[in-house]
Amino acid sequence: MNEIFAGLQEAFRLIFTFDSDLIEITLRSLQVSVTALLIASALALPLGTWLAIRRFRYRRFAIVVLNALMGLPPVVVGLMVYLLFSRSGPFGVMGLLFTPTAMIIAQVIIITPLIASITHQAMRELWSEYHDLLISLNTTSLQRITALIWDGRRTLMTASLAGFGRGIGEVGAIMIVGGNIDHVTRVLTTAIALETGKGDFALALSLGFVLIALTLLVNFVIHALSRTERNSTW
Amino acid sequence: MIRTFFIVSLVVLLISKASADPQTLRLATTTSFNNSGLSDVLLPAIKLDIGIDVQLLVVGTGQALRLGQAGDVDAILVHSKEAEDVFISEGFGTHRREIMYNDFVLVGPSSDPANIKGALRASEALVRIALSQSAFISRGDDSGTHKKELALWTVAGLRPNNFGNWYKAVGASMGSSLNSASGLDAYIMADRASWLKFKNKGSLALLFSGDAVLFNQYSYIPVNPEKHSHINADAADLLEKWLLSNRAKTFINSYKINDQALFIFNGSL
Amino acid sequence: MVRGPLSVSLDSITVRRNGKLVLGPLDLDMETGGIIIVLGPNGAGKTTFLKVLHGVERISDGEMHWSVSNVQAREEQAYVFQSPIVLRRSVGQNLAYPLKLIGTVKSEISMRVRLWARKIGLEDALELPATRLSGGEKQKLAIGRALIRMPKVLFLDEPCANLDGRSIREIEALLREARLAGTCIIMATHDLGQAKRLADSVLFFLGGRLHEQGPASAFFNIPSTSEAQSFLNGDIIE
Repeated sequence: MNEIFAGLQEAFRLIFTFDSDLIEITLRSLQVSVTALLIASALALPLGTWLAIRRFRYRRFAIVVLNALMGLPPVVVGLMVYLLFSRSGPFGVMGLLFTPTAMIIAQVIIITPLIASITHQAMRELWSEYHDLLISLNTTSLQRITALIWDGRRTLMTASLAGFGRGIGEVGAIMIVGGNIDHVTRVLTTAIALETGKGDFALALSLGFVLIALTLLVNFVIHALSRTERNSTW
Repeated sequence: MIRTFFIVSLVVLLISKASADPQTLRLATTTSFNNSGLSDVLLPAIKLDIGIDVQLLVVGTGQALRLGQAGDVDAILVHSKEAEDVFISEGFGTHRREIMYNDFVLVGPSSDPANIKGALRASEALVRIALSQSAFISRGDDSGTHKKELALWTVAGLRPNNFGNWYKAVGASMGSSLNSASGLDAYIMADRASWLKFKNKGSLALLFSGDAVLFNQYSYIPVNPEKHSHINADAADLLEKWLLSNRAKTFINSYKINDQALFIFNGSL
Repeated sequence: MVRGPLSVSLDSITVRRNGKLVLGPLDLDMETGGIIIVLGPNGAGKTTFLKVLHGVERISDGEMHWSVSNVQAREEQAYVFQSPIVLRRSVGQNLAYPLKLIGTVKSEISMRVRLWARKIGLEDALELPATRLSGGEKQKLAIGRALIRMPKVLFLDEPCANLDGRSIREIEALLREARLAGTCIIMATHDLGQAKRLADSVLFFLGGRLHEQGPASAFFNIPSTSEAQSFLNGDIIE
């Protein structure tokens, strides 16, 4: 119990003294996870929507696979990305290992299935609502996907934020592909792992509280930007 | 208006450079070295003196060697002579340069149920632990520390494979293993530096040290540029020379935790 | 834009669902114009018939040919469903949507949206979320949205099924106005009164088959078949 209070105290101290290390790793956490979120959303939202409206032979199978990919153990993803981008690996020449870019790649792989799956679920419902009308209006696939994504944007935003939460809280994969290098690839979660390993629970907890606060903040900002709860137009 | 501002600043935040500076060197080293805090002192001095940004990857010995093998780092600093020799004989490293040593200590519950305080040699202490079947945490991760521990059991004439449940191989880093020992009130072999810096000691105490067999040598090995052409061999060479310099010697010998010196410099060209 | 009225011919059309024959065999040559009421009891195949004409129901056997290509025909048609489908957007955005799809310029969209909003009595509700409208208002919105591209044919599937008298009156007025402007109304209903009020011609369906067709006055006063007569008498027939 003491440690939790100590952690809270330390968290406040770090935040209000604008501790430079804290600011640095927080910004990097945001940078990695927000970038991963944007890329993953750009992939997952159209994919999930397309899956919802298209009928093709192996559709059921594709959906099952997609849902299963949500359960991919992140650390395994990290290991595979490491092997791909290692100097001894196929993409080694790109020199991406142990950089924030590699971390972004790993996170994109981890969170895209999650976002796509939630998107698919939501879009299926909306599609069943819009189906007859959009077909009657002779819409193209692209027009349908656009209409669904736009009108379903509130749910999709939730899907994206779920992905963000998963990304920013992840530690195993980015530890392997990032290396937790001080001032280069250290982020909040890897720093927490490091301090825990050193037995410095107060510091680890304080970073944990900062991480929680950060996630909440991002959620609030996104909701405010889209003016979700006020004057909702659905 | 505010929306645009938010979005723009968000985008600006995200623009990053992922590429490395020309004078950076990736060095893989072990958790036990990093935990000592010595790297926090050396790295800035290195940047100042020879202008190299050392990017430290703190991993287990096994992983450090693997990274060197794959060419993902430019040099390694580890403490496991046998594995190092194999690494070099297989052509992955150019040579082995001894830099400094510290020692391992035996840590355990302050009540010392196995009574290792009174032992004269490390092997005797271990035998006492085995006979009393007191809880013992092993790194279990093929690290330098782990290999040293196994070697000590061998010297004591015992085989961990035959041990009962009191012997727990956790497969984790030094810090995590110490956490486990603290949580279980168990004995554990740790390097002195990690122990001194460890913040979750609980009821653990340092019970045995000083036997020469607990000597722990750190060596620097540049990765072989012939195996991987992109290796920053020049920087690796500069770093090696710096590590052997008087300046490094001073830093290393004068580094203390709680007024205790941790490392002893023993490098020579 | 295609000139002149559309006409369609159906050759031995059948529609089967799950092995069950829902519509057909159906042979019909029809020129579109005026208000054509598709009449019959529930389950007679009226909805299926409309959907076949609109090209959104799969034909099991037979062929359908419009005077232009089938695809072009659908572009000149609009459809209002029994349960109004509104987009989760504002009223104005709903009206604008079909125009956006075909790339109409903004100023034109804006003008037409205002015009039709007025016609359907929702000019004060342009910014309102469409989902918040009442059933009757939603149906009027669906009709406005369907007519905003001035289609040659407007299909309606029992649009007034659950509406109050006032909404029904307003909708019937809209349909008459559309007919005057040149849109052919093809509407399915089992409401005899409505059929009598609106029909120029009638297609009477029963059990998936077209039993009778002809001008309204002829059908209502001197039906040819006994089933039609029973239906007009208010009997339950299947």
